[in-house]
Amino acid sequence: MRIPDAFKLPVMTRIVTLTLLCLLACLPAVGAAQNDRGHALLEGLVSRSFNDKADAIEAILQSEDERANDWLQALLDGNLQRLKEDGRFVVVVGNSGREWPVRDALSGEALGEISRRDLDRITINNALRGQLRSALSLVELYAGDERSRLAAAEGIIGEVDGELAAALESRLEEEESDKVRHRLSQALAVHRLERGEADAVETLAGSLNSNVRVALTRAAQSDDPALADAARRALADIQQTLKLNRVAETLYFGLSMGSVLVLAAIGLAITFGVMGVINMAHGELMMLGAYTTWAMQQLLPGQPGLALLLSIPAGFLVAALVGIAIERGVIQFLKGRPLETLLATFGISLILQQLVRTVISPLNRSVVTPEWMSGSVAINDALSLTLNRLYVMGFALLVFAALILIMRRTRLGLEVRAVTQNRAMARAMGIRATRVDILTFALGSGVAGLAGVALSQLTNVGPNLGQSYIIDSFMVVVFGGVGNLWGTLVAGLSLGVINQVLEPWAGAVLAKIMVLVFIILFIQKRPRGLFPQKGRAAEG
Amino acid sequence: MHWLGQPFRERSTLVFLGVLLLALAAVTLLHVAVPPEHPLYVSIYTVNLFGKYLSYALLAVAVDLVWGYLGILSLGHGAFFALGGYAMGMYLMRQIGDRGDYGNPDLPDFMVFLNWDSLPWYWQGFDMAWFAFLMVLLAPGLLALLFGFLAFRSRVTGVYLSIITQALTFALMLAFFRNEMGFGGNNGLTDFREILGFNLRSSDTRLGLFLASGAALAIGYVLCRAIVASKLGRVCVATRDAEARTRFLGYRVERFQLFVFVVSAMLAGLAGALYVPQVGIINPSEFSPLFSIEIVLWVALGGRATLYGAVIGAILVNYAKTVFTGVMPDAWLFSLGGLFVLVTVLLPRGVAGLLAFRFRRRGKSPGSLSGREVSA
Repeated sequence: MRIPDAFKLPVMTRIVTLTLLCLLACLPAVGAAQNDRGHALLEGLVSRSFNDKADAIEAILQSEDERANDWLQALLDGNLQRLKEDGRFVVVVGNSGREWPVRDALSGEALGEISRRDLDRITINNALRGQLRSALSLVELYAGDERSRLAAAEGIIGEVDGELAAALESRLEEEESDKVRHRLSQALAVHRLERGEADAVETLAGSLNSNVRVALTRAAQSDDPALADAARRALADIQQTLKLNRVAETLYFGLSMGSVLVLAAIGLAITFGVMGVINMAHGELMMLGAYTTWAMQQLLPGQPGLALLLSIPAGFLVAALVGIAIERGVIQFLKGRPLETLLATFGISLILQQLVRTVISPLNRSVVTPEWMSGSVAINDALSLTLNRLYVMGFALLVFAALILIMRRTRLGLEVRAVTQNRAMARAMGIRATRVDILTFALGSGVAGLAGVALSQLTNVGPNLGQSYIIDSFMVVVFGGVGNLWGTLVAGLSLGVINQVLEPWAGAVLAKIMVLVFIILFIQKRPRGLFPQKGRAAEG
Repeated sequence: MHWLGQPFRERSTLVFLGVLLLALAAVTLLHVAVPPEHPLYVSIYTVNLFGKYLSYALLAVAVDLVWGYLGILSLGHGAFFALGGYAMGMYLMRQIGDRGDYGNPDLPDFMVFLNWDSLPWYWQGFDMAWFAFLMVLLAPGLLALLFGFLAFRSRVTGVYLSIITQALTFALMLAFFRNEMGFGGNNGLTDFREILGFNLRSSDTRLGLFLASGAALAIGYVLCRAIVASKLGRVCVATRDAEARTRFLGYRVERFQLFVFVVSAMLAGLAGALYVPQVGIINPSEFSPLFSIEIVLWVALGGRATLYGAVIGAILVNYAKTVFTGVMPDAWLFSLGGLFVLVTVLLPRGVAGLLAFRFRRRGKSPGSLSGREVSA
């Protein structure tokens, strides 16, 4: 990187100064005299020449002023601005809309909102930007906690020049954290690589940082055959790792999408399997679950996490109650007429959708994601898993396990299985089939509600939420085999993965079409799904 | 051609044809002979609306043929309707010629807009009316043949088949929404000018289309009636009521199903082709699963397995839709949803069932639903 001459000062001095500055920053209260000096320092930045600006930045670094860090960061972000009116320096706190909230750069006091037309931005160029960045990361490297040191070390990979390298070498010796040391040595290795040292490649092997890759690619084209060769080998290795990472990422997204499908379809599998009833309103029951989450968050403002946890039982209950109402109100009169049941429940789905549109709003509602669910877990530089999807996946598996337990270990499960296999015989044995019907339907609907709660964390909550999942969930049930929970799990997960594998290759819409066509063809081979019911019950 | 004459020996068919003829004549007379300021005058807008209803009625008859007499609840007949419509739309698109906004004699406007330099192969030939009209029948017919062959061969029936047909139309909808498909994507095909040289905006052409829809409905009805009353139709009804038993009797059930399914799809395509020039646009929303399932409601409301019930249902529901969406749009989905529930729970035989009950007809026409069969 090209550096303005004025900037080339002994690096160690700068670092020590900055460290001191940061320590000083903890001290309170700034005097008026200091404000004058600060103003004079900032005044230097208002110049047409970028060389002058570089001088001014250097002066700020040298000034031992404890606000230097703050100013430089603001300058880097383009937030250090000047009031046109009286030439005061301000830091813009938020820059959306026309009126921007600002604070005084010197005293730090908030100055309210100021129209952006009354502000002059202090501009910088790329050379200054790079210099500011490395100066700031050095400060971080010395003064920050482990996390910010790690971020700073990562930030300077590929930005190291000769003198910074010297500073980093000494920092490397003092650094306690292994992770930070690792990053620092990588940053240094990139620098050495740029100077043509072939042994630096060894340190960089396996790194997924994009700047490392850029440096290696450049080195691979160098004239030195040993260096080029080493760099090429390291690159090939990295590409391999990246490819694996991409596979892992696709798999993760696929499984996450699949677990949503499983959640959506499993309730359907229960009601369809036991009662032979196609519930077209299943998607709308999911929608109700999602809206329950939204309503809970409205009831408990400021506590999205608690609201979300509470909406798990609430969503289940709401959907289950509506499900019971549907069963008692409509489906029981249509016993043994599956096609009519399909039509009637479709009518119910229309009514529920329109109800939400009229009562709440036709627009999407946003559900807040609690803090512990947002963000992501970084596995390495190229692969990070978003937390909300991870939670949904875990939730789907939990729900699935609970359902398996209910079906296998409880009295209700036993009765449900008996009724599924042979209704008449089960009744003859004293099982009250009607009661089993109601409970199963409530269970299936409740699970739909749970799916809705989970979905509210992934997509927009709106009246059409259910519609967009209903066909997919039917596909899962048909693919997996009716009335087979394990089939639903396998089918849901594999459809999710298939979709994600096809998507980058064929595009989202085409991938979906291909999956649908695939299922239509699959039904040819196995008309009763992956895991068909066996025995007489199958000929229903 | 003994079997084609059969319908004309049935009273119900004659009554239906008579009523249809009377209605067509009345509307035409009221439009042509009555001066516009007279209260009985039927405006060209209304004639157009009736023409739309008639094409819907033909679609409903097609659905009733497979659902009522074959027991196949197709939730994807909208796809056949839309395919027929698209075939017609492509013809009308080519008729625009160089009068489009971009003035390109070969390429429709949206292709010029997408920077395509030549016509895709599947658009070839649609400038010829005979070819386009053939495709109106062939495109849906071939799709139904392929789909039905696969489905019936592996004995996919009941709700499974319903869901798969729904997936079919859903997949087609997604496909037609793509610009790359070459069917105008989201906007579909529109801005038509003339059909067979007649200006589509003139009221004479519209009246002609209305009469053509009526004629198509009459032909479709007689054809369906003939199929139903024939020996083949009886096998179909037997399949509907006891598929396994019919198979054991030695009938290749899947062939009967396939034949009737394809005929029904072609009728649906014809309906779509009549629909498009009357509304002036065809876009992928005709493929939406909601539309397909709505058709089934028309049939259910009118009365399944009667054919004339399907016509009544289609006209009733669509008239209600026109009125409702104009007066209070929010209420329409409520009433549509309510209709689904009420009809299935309280009126399993629809309006036609009520009529039949009222007139206590002696003797039943072949294939009508008796109490037990309703549950099929």
